[in-house]
Parts: sequence; structure tokens; C-alpha cells
Amino acid sequence: MDTFVQQLINGLTIGSIYALIALGYTMVYGILRLINFAHGDIYMVGAYAGFMIATSLGFAANPSALAFGVTLLGSMAIAAAIGMAIERFAYRPVRKFSKMTTLITAIGMSLLIEYLFVFIFSGTPRSFPQLLPNENITLFGNATISTSQILIFVVSILLMVVLQYIIFKTKVGKAMRAVSFNINSAKLMGINTDFVIAFTFALGSALAAAGGVLTAQYNPKIEPLMGIMTGLKAFVAAVLGGIGNIPGAVLGGLLIGAAETLVVGYGSYIGIPSTYRDAVAFAILILVLLIRPAGLLGSNVQEKV
Amino acid sequence: MTRVFLNFALILSIFTSIACVDKGGNVATTNTGDTIKVGVYGDLTGQTSSFGQSTKNGIELAVEEINNGGGVNGKKIQLVVEDDQGRPEQAKTVVSKLINQDKVQAILGEVASTNSLAAAPVAQEAKIPMITPSSTNPKVTEVGDYISRVCFIDPFQGSVMAKFAANTLKAKTAAILGDVNSDYSKGLTQFFEEEFTKLGGRVLAKEAYTQTDPDFKGQLTKIRNLNPDVIYIPGYYGQVGIIAKQARELDMNMPLLGGDGWDSPELWKLGGAALKNTYISNHYSAENPAPEIQNFVRAYKAKFNVEPDSLAALAYDAAKVLADAIKRAGGTDSAKLKDAINSTSNFAGVTGLITIDSGRNAVKPAVVLELDPAAAKFKFKETIAPEGAGSTTGTAANSNSMMSNSNTNAMTNSNMSTSNSNMNSSANMNKSVNTNSNR
Repeated sequence: MDTFVQQLINGLTIGSIYALIALGYTMVYGILRLINFAHGDIYMVGAYAGFMIATSLGFAANPSALAFGVTLLGSMAIAAAIGMAIERFAYRPVRKFSKMTTLITAIGMSLLIEYLFVFIFSGTPRSFPQLLPNENITLFGNATISTSQILIFVVSILLMVVLQYIIFKTKVGKAMRAVSFNINSAKLMGINTDFVIAFTFALGSALAAAGGVLTAQYNPKIEPLMGIMTGLKAFVAAVLGGIGNIPGAVLGGLLIGAAETLVVGYGSYIGIPSTYRDAVAFAILILVLLIRPAGLLGSNVQEKV
Repeated sequence: MTRVFLNFALILSIFTSIACVDKGGNVATTNTGDTIKVGVYGDLTGQTSSFGQSTKNGIELAVEEINNGGGVNGKKIQLVVEDDQGRPEQAKTVVSKLINQDKVQAILGEVASTNSLAAAPVAQEAKIPMITPSSTNPKVTEVGDYISRVCFIDPFQGSVMAKFAANTLKAKTAAILGDVNSDYSKGLTQFFEEEFTKLGGRVLAKEAYTQTDPDFKGQLTKIRNLNPDVIYIPGYYGQVGIIAKQARELDMNMPLLGGDGWDSPELWKLGGAALKNTYISNHYSAENPAPEIQNFVRAYKAKFNVEPDSLAALAYDAAKVLADAIKRAGGTDSAKLKDAINSTSNFAGVTGLITIDSGRNAVKPAVVLELDPAAAKFKFKETIAPEGAGSTTGTAANSNSMMSNSNTNAMTNSNMSTSNSNMNSSANMNKSVNTNSNR
């Protein structure tokens, strides 16, 4: 029992990270019908931004909660700015063409970011400084949870609540919902759609960056290609929950994280080796696309052709 | 429509993840008349780039010394260095480039066995001798007679750790956590298990991870349930540091064992205090007071300002062995050079006496090092000699000068022996080295 709980905690920890990244995929898709493939790399950019802040301000030597807060918010701000810049200079100019053009631009953008970072920082894995003390708390029996895991849960829940507030209680959130409902009508109603789209990118990128910094506290190895696999899984999570659907992204993220870890923990009993954890995420994607293309929480909207 | 679109998007995204960028190498243009071109390939920017950097440094130091000493047969050695980003397919590409475009006469590299295995057939086919400094998987030199190495191989390395676990740590049970995509790791897993079982131990679980796994707690939690005496983790430094950290987070405080893949200055930053109570097998100890080793350590530190790890030492030896073979072959005729390399015998390297055997492997003793995270140092623990090797290889620079006579005798008598360093002399050695190195 305690082993199962332990595996669940492990799974939900990475699930929370997937959820944070999936939110960015899903919001951008909701508004632009674009899969922003560079989003996984923004997660990596966020981790590097946090790394630069933490090392340049000397937080590695004297870690504190304040240092963590500054690193987290700083990296979120930097990632938001980069997200907006990518939207402004890469996606906006091609938005008027077909969706495929934007999609391919996104893939190009993803490669550009990855190898730009390889070029600047080299592919050497860097170790992210520990900013908060990491201790183990025994829950019961053998089940333990580390403070860095608690941090991931708390911060990601907090960010999701803030996101929910922005989307449902603020004016810009209302505008986002309007744009996602129908971008042309929204424009006719006097909504500055360019601003709303830029804001969405900023919001999604900030969440991904938070995911990057949180992961780096849990698993301090950061490297320029770390966003590829994690980004893909978050994308699967967004599709699983129903792309365009915000609670769906969170649910999808947690499910993928849990499924992955449970495969490692218990897969061998049903003949699935533990190294198939990545395959499981994609098997789930294929099943979802076959059985319920709209995702778990997505509504089946008829597309006009 | 959406479905097709998403499928397409997924396929594209998979392509992006496997797409690769050729970074090109630094090729100096000179007249090839009075230089010997030697190709070096390694991971300079990828997941295991500390291996590639150390290897490059070690080779550069050796070549600098050779060229300052008048070169080989009056010719200077010119290096052509290529980055393979730690990817097997890229390793193959850059070795083709080294051979076909740069027309190198010999090749040094890689560290990771998977990459050496990818590139070796290219060198073999082109009949260009390739010496791998530190790929320990046995399959590497089985590719052909143009491929050789200056390090020991995994059947030995795996058995060293199994012996250490069973004899020194008195472990009865073990779990293995290996890297599923690495030939190095798979080989060590197999050989550790064989030897450990032979010594009466039991391997309770064999778990695996991939280098891109976001965390390892799933596998570790599974292992924790079985409560083994030791965990053997034959992986590379980028993952094992995190694995150690997460194991300790799960209250798993048993000794963790590893191989030479752990040897990197980066390991300390990744694993930190969690690396207490861990041991690795390695090719040499920088703490060994033998003058050959200390001269190398000093020269390396003066040039690169870091302590040489075992990969740097092996790379240095590989370059020296190559230069020696070129001298003996009287030139770079590839068949003669190959024969000269393969007949290397009792070459005194930093990592011990190097004799290339019929399988084109070097037979050398291994050292077991204990990790000391507080000082960020690998502390010498003991030397384990290879099977069947008597005192001829055992008394190389690598074997410890403090090894007592009775131990040396024991080694010649039993063909498998462990020479336990006695604690006092080991402590003395640490002290004397600490005063030398201000790190």
C-alpha cells in the first residue's frame, strides 16, 4: 500500500509539471488552433533563465525562500517576454497563411531555440542550484514525500488557481474566452486580438517556465534538449484532456504522469518493461485519437470545412 | 480533420526530436607533407560532454608533449577534432568525414561504447586504425582488426564491482539499475550479475531507465521494496547523480556502486551529499603517488586548470600509444600501423602498463574509488587485478607502491585476488595528495 502511494506521489509530481506545460499548449490551441511546438522548449528556456538568475545573483551560495521566489518570478517574466517575442516575430507574420504554415514555423522555432541554446550553453548538463532546503517527510510506513515535491504541488496548484482567476474574473480573461470562441467576431466587437494572443503566449510561457524551475529543484540537471520529451508528453496530456480545454490539460497532465510512473512500478507484472514509460504516453495518445478525438473533457465541436 | 492534423503534428514533432545539426569541426589547413593527421571524435556538446572534453584535453596534452619533443619520425601530429554530440548516428557521420574529407591517418575516440560501436565499422572498412581510449564494451574491438583500445573491458569492470560488493562490502543481495540505451550499461549489468551470482550473492531486481527520464523514483521505489544490500548503477554521470539524490530522498541509504561512467567533475554538482557511501570502479586514481601519474596530473592541471579524470588519462595514453606505434611502424601505412598498435606491449602509460592482447584489448588492473562529496574527490579504496594477470601487469605504475609484498605474492598465486589497501597507508596517501592539490 505505501509503495502504491509512493508511486502515486512520484507520478503526480511529474504529472503536475506536465500539467503546467500542457496549459500553455491548450491555451494557444484554444485561441489560434495552433500547436505551438516551441512550447516545450520554453520550459527549457525557463529552467535556463532561472539558472542564470540564481547563479548571477549568487543564490547558489546563500539559498533562501526569497531567492527561490525571485528566481521563479524572474524566469517566468523572462519566458513570458520570449514567448511574446516568438509570437510577434515568428507566428504573427505567417498567421494569415494556412495553419500548416504556422505549424511548420513552430517546428522551426523549436529547433532554433534548442540549437541556439546548444550553441550558447553547449549541451553539457548543468546542475541547478538547490534554493530551498530539501528534506524528506515520512507520511506513513515507507511512503515519503520530499519538500521539493510538496513545492511542485503547492506552486502548480497556486498557479492554476491564478490562471483560473485571470481567465474567468478579469477583463483580459473575458477577451481571451471571446477570441477563442470566435476570433473574427471578437475583432468586430472591438477586442484587440493581437494583444490577447500575445497575452496568451506570455501566460503559457510563464507557466512553462515555472514548470522548468520547479523541475530543476526536483531534478537539478538541466540541458538544452530537456524540453523535447517533456514537451511532447505535455502535448499528449493536452490532447488527452481535450485540447483547448483548461481543466482537461491539468487532468491530462496528472494522468500521464501517474500512468507513466505506474508503468515503471507495476508494468512488469502485466508484461510491460519499465522502459516503456515513454511509449505508454504515446499509446495513450493514439487511443485517445481513435476513441475520443476530442479528449476526455473536450466537447465535440463540428468543424466547418 | 483535427485527428489527421494532430497525427501529422505528432509525426512532425517526432522528426524534430531526432533531427540533428552538424556543427562542423575545427580543421586547420596545413600541408600534409610533414604532419601526421590524427582524427579525434567525441561528445563535446551532448549529454556526456564532460567525457568528450576530458578526452580532447588528454589527447591535446599528449600531442603537445610529442610535438614539443620533435614529433614522431620528425613529423608533427596535427589533430582534427570533431563533435558527435554524443549521438551514435552523428559519430558515424563525423568519422566518415574525418576519413574521407580530412584524410586522417588514424582515429582516436569515443568514450561511450554505443558511439564507438557506431563509428568503428566505418574505420574498419576504410582500414584506418582507430584506438578508443575508454570504450569498455567488449563488442567494440570485435568489429575488426583496425579497432583497438587502451582500457580494460566490461567483463572485468563488472566483475571488479561484484567482487568489491561481495568481498569488501559483504553484500548478499543487490539490485541493478541500468541505462537501457547504452551498450556500456547493458554489458556491465550482465557481467556484474554473473560474477555476483558466482560469488554467492543474489540479484533481486534488474531495473532500467532511459537518459531522458524526468525522474527515477518509480524504479527506485520498486527497488526499495526489495531492500537490497547494494544497488549497482552502471550509468553515466548525468543520470547517476540524480539517481543517488532521489534514492536518498526515498530513505534508501545502502551503498551505491558504479563504473567509470560516473567519473566527471559534474557529478558532484548533480549528486551532492547523496554521493556519500558510493563506490566506483575506475582506470586509475589521481591520488596515486607514483611519479608518472603525478607528473601527468601536474601537467594537466597546469594546462587546463582542472584535475584530470580517468578519461583524460586514458586519452593521454591512447595518443601516446598511437605515437609509439607510428614510430615503430616507421610511418602511417595503415596495415603496418595497425600491426604496430596491436603489438603494443608493456607500454608504460599513466593508467598502467598497456599490452594489447589478441582481442585488441588492454589487460590492466582496475581501482575501486570511494566518493567523498564533501571534498568532491574520488578516494582510492583498493586495486583489483585482472584474472590470470600476474605481477607483470600488477606492478605497473597503476598498482600501488604501498602494496605489500605479501599481497603481490598472493596475486601471483591465486589468479583472482583483491589487494585490500590497509587503512593507514590509504589515509596517509590522501593527506599527502591533499597538500599537493589545492582544489
